[in-house]
Amino acid sequence: MGEAQERVAALLAEHDPTTTDRLEFLRARFDAGLAWVHFPVGLGGLSAPRAMQQEVDEALTAAGAPDNNPRRIGIGLGMAAPTILAYGTGEQHRLLRPLWTGEEVWCQLFSEPGAGSDLAALATRARRDGDDWVVTGQKVWTSSAHNARWAILVARTDPDVPKHAGLTYFVCDMTAPGVEVRPLRQITGEAEFNEVFLTDVRIPDSARLGEIGDGWRVAQTTLMNERVAIGSRSSAREAGMVGVVAETWRAHPDRRTAAAHDQLLGLWVEAEALRLAGVRLRQQLAAGAPGPEGSAMKLGFARLSQALSGFEVEFLAEDGLRYDDWTLRRPELVDFTGRGPGYRYLRAKGNSIEGGTSEVLRNIIAERVLGLPAEPRVDKDVPWKDLPR
Amino acid sequence: MNLLYTDVETDLRASVADLLGTHSTDLWPRLAAVGVSGLAVPEELGGQGASYRELAVVAEELGRSVAPVPFLTSAVLATTALLELSEDASARSLLSRLSSGAATAALVVPLSSWESWPDGRGLVRSVADAGSADVLLVPIEGRLHLVDAADVTPVVALDETRPLADVAITATTPLAGPGDDAVRAALVAGAGILASEQVGIATWCLETTVAYLKERHQFGRPLGSFQALKHRVADLWQSLVLARAAARHAADALTTGVDVPIAVSVAQSLCSTVAVRAAEECLQLHGGIGMTWEHPVHRYLKRAKANEIALGTPTRHRATLAPLVDLAGPTVGA
Repeated sequence: MGEAQERVAALLAEHDPTTTDRLEFLRARFDAGLAWVHFPVGLGGLSAPRAMQQEVDEALTAAGAPDNNPRRIGIGLGMAAPTILAYGTGEQHRLLRPLWTGEEVWCQLFSEPGAGSDLAALATRARRDGDDWVVTGQKVWTSSAHNARWAILVARTDPDVPKHAGLTYFVCDMTAPGVEVRPLRQITGEAEFNEVFLTDVRIPDSARLGEIGDGWRVAQTTLMNERVAIGSRSSAREAGMVGVVAETWRAHPDRRTAAAHDQLLGLWVEAEALRLAGVRLRQQLAAGAPGPEGSAMKLGFARLSQALSGFEVEFLAEDGLRYDDWTLRRPELVDFTGRGPGYRYLRAKGNSIEGGTSEVLRNIIAERVLGLPAEPRVDKDVPWKDLPR
Repeated sequence: MNLLYTDVETDLRASVADLLGTHSTDLWPRLAAVGVSGLAVPEELGGQGASYRELAVVAEELGRSVAPVPFLTSAVLATTALLELSEDASARSLLSRLSSGAATAALVVPLSSWESWPDGRGLVRSVADAGSADVLLVPIEGRLHLVDAADVTPVVALDETRPLADVAITATTPLAGPGDDAVRAALVAGAGILASEQVGIATWCLETTVAYLKERHQFGRPLGSFQALKHRVADLWQSLVLARAAARHAADALTTGVDVPIAVSVAQSLCSTVAVRAAEECLQLHGGIGMTWEHPVHRYLKRAKANEIALGTPTRHRATLAPLVDLAGPTVGA
């Protein structure tokens, strides 16, 4: 029996998943180091190789153990946790346990109305006041903000230096006075995202992640993890959007044309290749040789989900003209499969914008993977306060 | 499923790349000397007993250099067909001659064949490497025949690095065994391996384009600093990531025998599309120099486009795929 199985067996022996309360079981799992095995001992892990996680997950699923619903708490798991691990103090590391169990939901206060792709241009100010920082500004596209207990926040602490140099990274208490969350209705009719208004919100200096002025570097850790998470989903053939559209095709033999057939097959082939590229990426990771292919996955996923959902609406003709429901809803998750084709088409438009636009991603690939020279920049050495806005 | 390159495959790639870098005129004998001609042939018949995964890595390197050698035609297509008929003594003896590099063979079907092919009694057009092959293998009435006498007329090919000829057979000796199955197996293996050749072509085109965009200046800046061009090569890189995964999957499937028809048709249709686009983008982004005979990109474009037609076009492979993945087309006349 391998180490993973032994530890799982020990956990199950002490906490029978059929009789133990869900939360109690998840806490015990965290304390046993089986939450994310590559994290350090004491922080939900065993300092073990990442490859061991899959064994642990499979063994626990087989035993009927509850999971921590990783999709629902994705921002915490995928973005906040790796950043807290890399830059957090011992005090801040205590946030990891309720994060992992899902007791505390996280959101991300990065983007602003005037700073999306150009994130370093953000204007939310944090002014030092004794042991606190006083934060004022407006954030946008914040998913989960209405459920979140904590946020990761980037704010400007020095407007007199060039924009990348004057940022600092904080953990923000979403229940603090001055935090106001307003739903932001989208083209689908849903309010999946929020605007977050911060008015004189006091954040203790102990809630700072990393050094003052080092927020850009800390944010890179968060963003790289986000892109990996967005690009590396499903591994079964026909999982995700392609499966939904293939089922629509199968259900409507009367609507098929030769031209649509070849188009669908072309998209099916691309989806299969994207799936294989994901498998290959995971094999590289397991072999200890991660490549830059994660950004190719994100780019491909966005393009494909848009092409597939557009195809489906067109194929459905008169049914494609209808929409399931325009009611303002506040979903916890993006659920492509539970909604109609019109919803899928409209929501997929966000796939090439959220988590870094496809254009920014192409620049990153061109410069960091292919080594092409950067475009000349006019904002590099100019203090943030002097930049045109 | 293993989609990575093993250490053995990486070593094989390096030794093939070394040889290809020498610009030797007797490339095929030199490749044969390191075992490339007999990779697929079992050791007891004098070959390497390697798998399709290794063949695919060699195909990638040959694509990267558009080397004019009969690897696809002799070491993949003819060899796979003969292996299906290895109960026959003349097939076995021919396999050992092919594996040592003492002879090359060509399967007498049009290079564009996929799923069906003409009966070899008539004129067979556009047969790859037939002009240089020592032995011709001809499908006639469900059997595979060794040719005793034939008229072979070289024709001018779009891709000069893989010469074509028209073949008219006059006398033959049949081999024992199911010839149609042998040809079908050859075409499936050939299509799967050709996907890796396309990956090699696309890789060369991307690398060459990136190098040129770094070096060539216009409007006082390197071309590669213009976002309009960056995005095009980033997209090319992205599609190459997918193509490589699909081609590796085809090679792995041919090796394990699992999921072969789907893996091959996915890889063939996707990799051909990517390779042609890579060569076309390479040409365009080189500007005027890309249109010249002097610059090598034309050879890559010609090979990529010819390969797109070879062993089934992307459209035909998608049509092959349809019933395999339960995506039937419109019902004709219903």
